[in-house]
Amino acid sequence: MSDASEILAPPSPPGFYEWLRKNLFSNWFNALLTIFSLVFLYLALVNVIRWMFFTADWRPVTGSPLLFLIGQYPRDQLWRPGLSLLICALLIGMSWGVWERYVKAFAIFLGILLGVLALIPLETPTITLVVRAVFLVCPFLIFGGFWVGRRSGVQGRHVTTLWLIAAIFILLVLLPGLSSIPALPVVPTTAWGGLLVTLLLAIGGIVLSFPIGVLLALGRRSSLPVVKLFSILFIEVVRGVPLVTILFMFSIILTLFMPAESRIDRILRALMAMVFFSAAYTAENVRGGLQAIPEGQVEAAKALGLSGLQITSFIVLPQALRLVIPNIVGQFISLFKDTTLVIIVGINDLLGIGNAVLNLQPDFVRLQMEVYLFITAIFWVFSYFMSYASLELEKALGVGER
Amino acid sequence: MGENQEKNEPIILCKDVHKWFDDFHALRGISMEVQLREVVVIFGPSGSGKSTFIRTLNRLEEHQRGQIIVDGIELSHDVRNIERIRMETGMVFQQFNLFPHLSVLQNITLAPIWVRKWTKDQAEEVAMQLLERVGIPEQARKFPGQLSGGQQQRVAIARALAMQPKIMLFDEPTSALDPEMIKEVLDVMIELARSGMTMLVVTHEMGFARGVADRMYFFDEGLIVESGSPDDIFNNPREDRTKLFLSQILHH
Repeated sequence: MSDASEILAPPSPPGFYEWLRKNLFSNWFNALLTIFSLVFLYLALVNVIRWMFFTADWRPVTGSPLLFLIGQYPRDQLWRPGLSLLICALLIGMSWGVWERYVKAFAIFLGILLGVLALIPLETPTITLVVRAVFLVCPFLIFGGFWVGRRSGVQGRHVTTLWLIAAIFILLVLLPGLSSIPALPVVPTTAWGGLLVTLLLAIGGIVLSFPIGVLLALGRRSSLPVVKLFSILFIEVVRGVPLVTILFMFSIILTLFMPAESRIDRILRALMAMVFFSAAYTAENVRGGLQAIPEGQVEAAKALGLSGLQITSFIVLPQALRLVIPNIVGQFISLFKDTTLVIIVGINDLLGIGNAVLNLQPDFVRLQMEVYLFITAIFWVFSYFMSYASLELEKALGVGER
Repeated sequence: MGENQEKNEPIILCKDVHKWFDDFHALRGISMEVQLREVVVIFGPSGSGKSTFIRTLNRLEEHQRGQIIVDGIELSHDVRNIERIRMETGMVFQQFNLFPHLSVLQNITLAPIWVRKWTKDQAEEVAMQLLERVGIPEQARKFPGQLSGGQQQRVAIARALAMQPKIMLFDEPTSALDPEMIKEVLDVMIELARSGMTMLVVTHEMGFARGVADRMYFFDEGLIVESGSPDDIFNNPREDRTKLFLSQILHH
């Protein structure tokens, strides 16, 4: 009999061989499965690597990397996207410094990737020494930003403000140019393309649709009939229509009803469609979270004398949003991937550029696999870091809860 | 207190209060007067309307007929009146209803900062004094989920007191607690009653009622069946229903 006061140590974890025996070779059938799987994995891996490095023809990708990044943006104005990249690198570094683990993995990955891009020996004339220099500076800017962000005086809201200013400056001044400034000739958005447009649509869609979606979700539960009816109508109509239809509606039908001189830019039109679509889904996700908040929370807040607005913003929304982080991030990831649909309204996003490149030379046509794999990899990387950040966020917010 | 109540203006005055939930007549004409510094215990079987009644006092439930006047302010559809009354009345719930995403200190300081417009330092100072009073100052930085039920309920009491209310409403404050934690919450309530707080307590804790109540009300089927001092209620109840109920909860 063991004494009740005796403290038993937990059983020690199994050693490596113990683990192998228990999990992979527990009986002859499992042993067979293990060996079979290893052989299969080996063969698959060898073939994939052989294909990647020897069979595959990566010329469509390596031949015009700038096309994938910025599309047809005039090459004599390259310094403008370059400067944008530098600003973003600095701010990503600062974000890493301030928000630590949410951005850390992405910042390090981006720094290494750009460093590799700067030094990789590609025999392409478009990647000039200056372009390589810009890429090479980015990792240092990221680490510099990190160093700045780590300082105690710098807070999240400062970095958020800087992001906002940078976004406005880059998207409204630097990239499109102003006719009044001779140093910044106007570059029509028809020339924009590639990853630039994909990220613009995705980030713009996420940032703009989120607050609208939250407002719609609150509106749907409002006691004011007009607000409630409008929210329900908006959500149900948008959710009942495919994104492709909304894109068409904004890019074609909208222009028919607008006076010719008030033409809205076509990328902006596509962005509006994405925002509409995403806001309706965000609203439904957030509503799910709102419904999960027990009535007692609202009653306690009311009994304390808090006003309706205060109850919503201090008690209900923070708890509801925390509950729906996985859904919201999942939805943002699908929004990011849905940006590829803008190809049908003639915008050359990443996928559009890929298709265009395949038609560049006759012998490229058979190289679809290479181009699409490359694009897949880019989408995967961004999506992965989004879900990584959301997992970290969930962990951080779970502290001290129930 | 007890017998020698000053004949002042009552701080709570209810006249013929009715409340329906759809077709169900939950309150069927409740009239009650509560004087300043009085401790009132309301008890009765479940479904008798006692919780509904104290929830009408700060408008968590709306009464459909009759009159409720709290501290000279009549409860009506006027939102400003409701807000003023809620500032003067604190409430403690059966399920604590602490805000799980805020620390103990933030739970207590939220309303003083945003409703009373105190500075953060001022509110935190008061909050720490209150945590001291309910006996858990060391838990200030923790989150509600990390506390025991008894500690959570004491935080809930501190949170209500932080608004410096004139009246405290308790809706079955110990019913959701494990038996060994009931005493720590009752001790806080007893101390509060002795300090002169006006309290309306819905509870089945008859020891508490006997110890500190000035007046007891027995509710059944939406009506006040009997009221009186604890002495009257426990030693010579007039109504059969009161006798039956007391025998059920005292000798189980």
